[in-house]
Amino acid sequence: MREILTDLDRWRAQGKRVAVARVVDVEGSGPRLPGAAMAVNEDGDVAGSVSGGCVEGAVVVEALQCLEDRSRKMVTFGYSDDEAFAVGLTCGGTIHLFLEELDW
Amino acid sequence: MARSICSSKNWIGDPLTDSIYDTLRSAVKAEEPVALASIVSGPAATADLLGAKLLVRPDGSTMGTLGNDDLDRVVIRDSIGELAAGTSGVRHYGTDGEARQDSLHIFIESYAPPPQMLIFGAVDFTAALCRVAKVLGYRVTVCDARPVFATKQRFPHADEVVVDWPNRLLEKVGPDLGARDAICVLTHDPKFDIPAVISALETDAGYLGAMGSRRTTNDRNERLRREGVTEAELERIMAPIGLDLGGRTPEETAISICAEIIAQRAGRLAPSLRDADGDIHR
Repeated sequence: MREILTDLDRWRAQGKRVAVARVVDVEGSGPRLPGAAMAVNEDGDVAGSVSGGCVEGAVVVEALQCLEDRSRKMVTFGYSDDEAFAVGLTCGGTIHLFLEELDW
Repeated sequence: MARSICSSKNWIGDPLTDSIYDTLRSAVKAEEPVALASIVSGPAATADLLGAKLLVRPDGSTMGTLGNDDLDRVVIRDSIGELAAGTSGVRHYGTDGEARQDSLHIFIESYAPPPQMLIFGAVDFTAALCRVAKVLGYRVTVCDARPVFATKQRFPHADEVVVDWPNRLLEKVGPDLGARDAICVLTHDPKFDIPAVISALETDAGYLGAMGSRRTTNDRNERLRREGVTEAELERIMAPIGLDLGGRTPEETAISICAEIIAQRAGRLAPSLRDADGDIHR
C-alpha cells in the first residue's frame, strides 16, 4: 500500500469511505507481486493498481460493492476461473485479491 | 471483524488515538520496518475474524490481534521472518496457530525499508545514477573524499552526500548492507577504487560494480590481487560495470547499471525477451 498512502490520506481527510484491494497471492505469470494495492473511494476515484491494467475495471466494481454491503472478501482473477469472473489477465496467470473497507 | 484490541503489553502506537492504519502509515513514511498480518480467508475465517489484523515490528512489539494469543504468537514469529527477508505472502494456520493446518489463511505483508545504493565517486555518471536509482526506490548515498565535488547541489537526488573516504563510510554502514543493497564504485581512480572495493567485498551487499574501461578493470584486478583479494572475490565484482546496451551518455549508462542490478538479483543473463524462451514472469 506504500504507493497509495498519499491518496488514502487525502481521501480520509475529505471524510470519504475507501475500499482497498491488496494482491495477496499470485499463481503463474502475474504482473504485480503480493502487496500491490489499489484503492477506490465512495465516488469511484481510483489510486494504485493490482495488475497491468487487465482487471482494474472489475476491481472498481467489486470495491464499490464492498463499501455498499460492508463486506470483506477474497476475489480471484485469472484464466483458471470458471465463469464467475469473466475478466482474465492477459499474461495468463491468476491473482488473488483481498478487498475490504479501510476502517481499521 | 475483530477490532484493534491490544492483546499485548507491547504497544507500537498510541492505543487511545492511533488506529492500526495510522500506525502503519507513520512507520512506512518514517521508513521503519513493519509487517501487517491480516486474516484473509480459510474455513475458520468467520465474518468476525475476516480482516482481523496484527501489526508487528522486528523487535516483536505489536498492535492489534488476530483473535487469540496463541495464534498471535506464531504469526509474530513468522512476520519477523518475512520482514527480514523483505517478502510478503499468504500462510496457512490452525485456529490456534498450529502449523500444517488450513483453518486460517493469513496474509503477511512486509513493509521493509527501501534498499540502499552506495555510490562512490562524485562524477557526472553519479548524478544520472542517483536519478535512475531513485526511480527504482533505492535510498541513495553518494560518497567522495573530495569536498569540492561531493556536494548536495551537484547531487540533488541523493538522499545523502558524504564527504569521506569510501572505506571509512563502509566501516560504519557496511555491516547493515544485505542482499537487496548495491554498491557502485564509479571513481575509476585506483587511489579511491582499491580501498573502496576491498571494503565493499567485506559487506554482504547483493551487488558490487566498478566502473572503468577493460584496461582499467584489468589494472584494478592486478592491484586488488596484490592487496590479497582472491579470485573468488574478484568474480563477485561486476566490472566493467553495467549491461552491454551500447549506450554512451551518463543517463544511458545509469540505465545499463540498474538493469544489470535487476538481472543479477533475478539470476538472468538479460537477453531481449524476444530472444529468450519461457514465461515472462517466472
